[in-house]
Amino acid sequence: MTVQELPGAGAAYRPAPPPAWRPRTDPAPLLPDPEPYRVLGTGAPLDRALMLRLYTELIRGRRYNAQATALTKQGRLAVYPSSTGQEACEVAAALVLQEQDWLFPSYRDTLAAVARGLDPVQALTLLRGDWHTGYDPHEHRIAPLCTPLATQLPHAVGLAHAARLKGDDVVALAMVGDGGTSEGDFHEALNFAAVWQAPVVFFVQNNGFAISVPLAKQTAAPSLAHKAVGYGMPGRLVDGNDAAAVHEVLADAVARARRGGGPTLIEAVTYRIEAHTNADDATRYRVDAEVAAWRDHDPIQLLEAELTSRGFLDDSAKKAAAEAAETMAAALRERMNAEAELDPMDLFAHVYAEKTAQLREQEAQLRAELAAHENEDEGER
Amino acid sequence: MTTVAAKPATMAQALQRAMRDAMAEDPSVHVLGEDVGTLGGVFRITDGLAKEFGEDRCTDTPLAEAGILGTAVGMAMYGLRPVVEMQFDAFAYPAFEQLISHVSKMRNRTGGSMGMPLVVRVPYGGGIGGVEHHSDSSEAYYMATPGLHVVTPATVEDAYGLLRAAIASDDPVVFLEPKRLYWSKAEWSPDAPTEVAPIGKAVVRRPGRSATLITYGPSVPVCLEAAEAAKAEGWDLEVVDLRSLVPFDDETVCASVRRTGRAVVVHESTGFGGPGGEIAARVTERCFHHLEAPVLRVAGFDIPYPPPMLEKHHLPGVDRVLDAVARLQWEAES
Ligand SMILES: Cc1ncc(C[n+]2csc(CCOP(=O)(O)OP(=O)(O)O)c2C)c(N)n1
Repeated sequence: MTVQELPGAGAAYRPAPPPAWRPRTDPAPLLPDPEPYRVLGTGAPLDRALMLRLYTELIRGRRYNAQATALTKQGRLAVYPSSTGQEACEVAAALVLQEQDWLFPSYRDTLAAVARGLDPVQALTLLRGDWHTGYDPHEHRIAPLCTPLATQLPHAVGLAHAARLKGDDVVALAMVGDGGTSEGDFHEALNFAAVWQAPVVFFVQNNGFAISVPLAKQTAAPSLAHKAVGYGMPGRLVDGNDAAAVHEVLADAVARARRGGGPTLIEAVTYRIEAHTNADDATRYRVDAEVAAWRDHDPIQLLEAELTSRGFLDDSAKKAAAEAAETMAAALRERMNAEAELDPMDLFAHVYAEKTAQLREQEAQLRAELAAHENEDEGER
Repeated sequence: MTTVAAKPATMAQALQRAMRDAMAEDPSVHVLGEDVGTLGGVFRITDGLAKEFGEDRCTDTPLAEAGILGTAVGMAMYGLRPVVEMQFDAFAYPAFEQLISHVSKMRNRTGGSMGMPLVVRVPYGGGIGGVEHHSDSSEAYYMATPGLHVVTPATVEDAYGLLRAAIASDDPVVFLEPKRLYWSKAEWSPDAPTEVAPIGKAVVRRPGRSATLITYGPSVPVCLEAAEAAKAEGWDLEVVDLRSLVPFDDETVCASVRRTGRAVVVHESTGFGGPGGEIAARVTERCFHHLEAPVLRVAGFDIPYPPPMLEKHHLPGVDRVLDAVARLQWEAES
């Protein structure tokens, strides 16, 4: 049969649905609002203690980003993907989770891990280059910072699914960038999560660019949050620089997952103020005016202005937050300036639960090489 | 435990039984994949598991290999022991990213704090008349990835024993099932105290003195047949079944080659860049002074897996093995 002979070809051909077919859900309630959700500046009631916590963490986060960037200039870090401008997302993601919940960060989400309680130095081993994941993921329930794009998303689904099968109250929050939403793993993770009704929150930080590629070249969807509808989960769009709004939207989604409501996809619209990493030249793909406009919509300034006008924040509280951040930065600097302690034999330590004969041989070879070097050094002395 | 007397069983039944016993013993063992539930898998290897253990323990997933393996990673992170079924060798490729970047590396990147006790079952190899994408021998890709164990049974008993060992392993295991042996039979009693082969141990399937055939999986019966046929030529061939490609059992292989002084590696995967190159190199490095002849390889041709009507020309059969044996310069000995 040729195409012309196919029934209905040429005319607008729609296969008739089989008799039992029903749309699974009315898509309307799943669709995101067209405008990003905002709280600051709307006069909505605010939880003072929570806002001050967010504020303190934002200040600390920005200082952390600045310090880590400085460390790359001194050669102490191989690379650092800064989240300056995106701190509201990072901090809210960490604060919204309970202790038993799991965070699945990408390489840009060091701050979220630190805000969740991870040792700032342990969070940087990947980027310093002394080990890949410098922490035990079980300890803080933070998965390894993930470098391949979107591949951590199915992990979050599997973990949340496993926890639910065991009857545990655990929600997984998985972070990904706008570019990462084009990967197959993003699609597969959302689909699995929706089919299994897994307690997962997918949190996209749309910071405008995947390295140099703008969102318009990444997707033709009306928004990234719209992608949720096709999987049968709600999508929400939020102003990623409005810490109160991000926290609220994430908290709603986490609560929904916790009570068995299934996954949610959240797109936070934000902006990466720095280059992709210190190795990137952002002037090649974006103009200063755009960066300046986003600087005027800064997450810290937005929250600070709101809290000050409400009388939640005075100069002494501001000073205290700044000082705490400075103390953290000084300690980080000092610890990162110490040489990393490395044991070459660690190369073989964690490949398998038990070393294979092949690895034992290679271990012996390296040990002999090291011993020979040591003897040479002694001889020279 | 009631003892079941040995009676004919297929490799498929032994594999099913291994999963069933593992699931009964350990509630953290979960099976997931495409069509593994109600249907019992396209080869029926998971037959009855969903019925016995429920759909939460034997789960029909959406049709997405990266998603299947990726979610299995998360399940393993939370303390489960997932056993993933890939429907066919060539359909496992979408999951390579998860396998290589995460499954194989998780223990290493987390400094030993997060192992990946999962099994990826892959029906592999040709000889069943499958059309394109249903007959690949993908073992070399897996072998090239540190952090994975790669095993493949050739007998009914090993199918059971190795799969039990794979599920019990704290490391990820790529479990390659020679699909043309699924229906091979043996007298087998699942309850008899069969020794569960530890992963990483090769076995001498047939002792001999003239030369060693080093092989695994679907090529083991071919080599045994060749060894029988070789008797007519006065050759007494030893057949070593590797069972485990990673870790590799240098000891058993080299002990055999030192005894016989000659070796042929036989597999149906391609020769160039294939497992045989690695094996021949290892044997040469370790047994050079015992060798009477170069280590030869009998492999599939270096071509994409051929259409089913031509596969008989591609798959190394008894004649090709015997030809190689004949090329081992016998005159030198006499
Ligand atoms: C699978 C994969 N392909 C390519 C890369 C290289 N890469 C690293 S970051 C990046 C851009 C990612 O952009 P986005 O997802 O928007 O996240 P952002 O960096 O903006 O946080 C690319 C292409 C990668 N890490 N993983």
